[in-house]
Amino acid sequence: MSFSEVTLQLLNGFGTTCLLFILTLVFAIPLGLIISFGSMTKFKPLRYLTRGFVWIIRGTPLMLQLFVVFYVPGMLFDTPIFATIENGRFVAALIAFVINYACYFSEIYRGGIESISKGQYEACAVLGMTKGQTFFHVVLPQVVKRIIPPMSNEIITLVKDTSLARVISVIDIVFAAETILSLRALMWPLFYAGAFYLVFNGLLTLLFGFVEKKMDYYKV
Amino acid sequence: MSILEVKGIKKSFGSTEVLKGIDFSLEKGEVIAIIGSSGSGKTTLLRCLNFLEFADEGTISVSGELLYDGAAEKVAKKKLKNNDKLLRKKRLHFGLVFQNFNLFPHKTVMANLLLAPSLQLKSDLRAAKRAEKQMDRALKKASTEEEKAEIKKLFAEKIKRDYKDAEELRAKAEETLRRVGLIDKRNNYPCQLSGGQQQRVAIARALVMNPDILCFDEPTSALDPELTGEVLKVIRELKDSDTTMIVVTHEMEFARDVADKVIYMADGVIEEAGTPEEVFLHPKSEKAKAFLTSRSNAAKGTDDLD
Repeated sequence: MSFSEVTLQLLNGFGTTCLLFILTLVFAIPLGLIISFGSMTKFKPLRYLTRGFVWIIRGTPLMLQLFVVFYVPGMLFDTPIFATIENGRFVAALIAFVINYACYFSEIYRGGIESISKGQYEACAVLGMTKGQTFFHVVLPQVVKRIIPPMSNEIITLVKDTSLARVISVIDIVFAAETILSLRALMWPLFYAGAFYLVFNGLLTLLFGFVEKKMDYYKV
Repeated sequence: MSILEVKGIKKSFGSTEVLKGIDFSLEKGEVIAIIGSSGSGKTTLLRCLNFLEFADEGTISVSGELLYDGAAEKVAKKKLKNNDKLLRKKRLHFGLVFQNFNLFPHKTVMANLLLAPSLQLKSDLRAAKRAEKQMDRALKKASTEEEKAEIKKLFAEKIKRDYKDAEELRAKAEETLRRVGLIDKRNNYPCQLSGGQQQRVAIARALVMNPDILCFDEPTSALDPELTGEVLKVIRELKDSDTTMIVVTHEMEFARDVADKVIYMADGVIEEAGTPEEVFLHPKSEKAKAFLTSRSNAAKGTDDLD
């Protein structure tokens, strides 16, 4: 099997990896914000419920959650929806990743939001700003700056975590490399796949460094 | 009629009674200085006026309009503190300058000044448009001139706003920055300014909202001694342009020079009140005497801030 053939197969898997990564971010970033509101609300039942949920998701392995999302609908409704529909496995993996990462993100947001001083809220209040205006014009922009380092950490972890999706047979880059290993007894595609991750994460690191520098125009 | 009338303000936090019945009034253009040692309730009083805290008892009236009644609030079904819209309207009678500035660090000086009023202006413009449509409809139905005049009067209140448009607001913000001597810093971020400059921006930010009464909560306490002067100078100039102000301060010298009235607070009550001369030179209460003596001793020693 030639180098270009392997590259083609790995690229195919890497496309799935990237798609899973990007879609997870697209859904988990806003969902995390909603969950963080839930975990900070003054309405106690909702707060405890949200925090309990976050505890479960953060306290159990992502791999287990992948199995649960994939198999439980079939057990409950007698129709294994994710196994039958087209791209069902990918959708199941996406759901599990979004829920898992939204919970992690929500804790980062919560830390960021709670780190904004009371004085900022009071300044807005005496200037007659509404709660919504206060949050979107004053609190959130400052939170964004503060959470970039922990978020970049989490996002880089997500790139690598996407390889877990293979446990429900989503054909990502690791799955592709492993297939070549078992069919052709070739070892080097595994390392080659690792290089894909390295380059991708290298680019992300550069990007986050750039964003961090961009946000450096003010200090708190 | 007094611009501000405060009667019987009481406030407790848990079992600690911080304010035990505060009465005072303020005329337009007057400056009142509130002095007293830490924990005497000065800051809590200011926070009650700005509705950052809600007094348990007592009333607050501005220009004869009753803004707050502790007794009514206690039994009210919809409490003021949960009524965002009404609360904002009431708060805008007052401006507040904080001890530690509380500028928005991610916004330039100019953006700090413009943020709240431009958001306000946008919603005011929307409301005005709606009101104008309603008025036109009402005017079409009206037959007599008297009725029309009546309708116009009714809607004038709804259409009223602080600034005509964004242009006018910007001009006002620039003028205010000029007043506090920071027009050349308009594009800087707060972190690039000294403490004194930051506090002057905070004062300008409060002024752009056109408050009836401007409150200062120890405006120079977080500043190095050499920076207090520039902030006090701005407050002095505001007095000359007839701004009504309440200043909580530890600067005795300043209180004596600038204030029309001085209130000395101790343990949640007004212990002594009157003209600066009455309070500083002829204090009647023992507590006030002791406080002023300790203060002047401190001023002679290391605590000399002038």
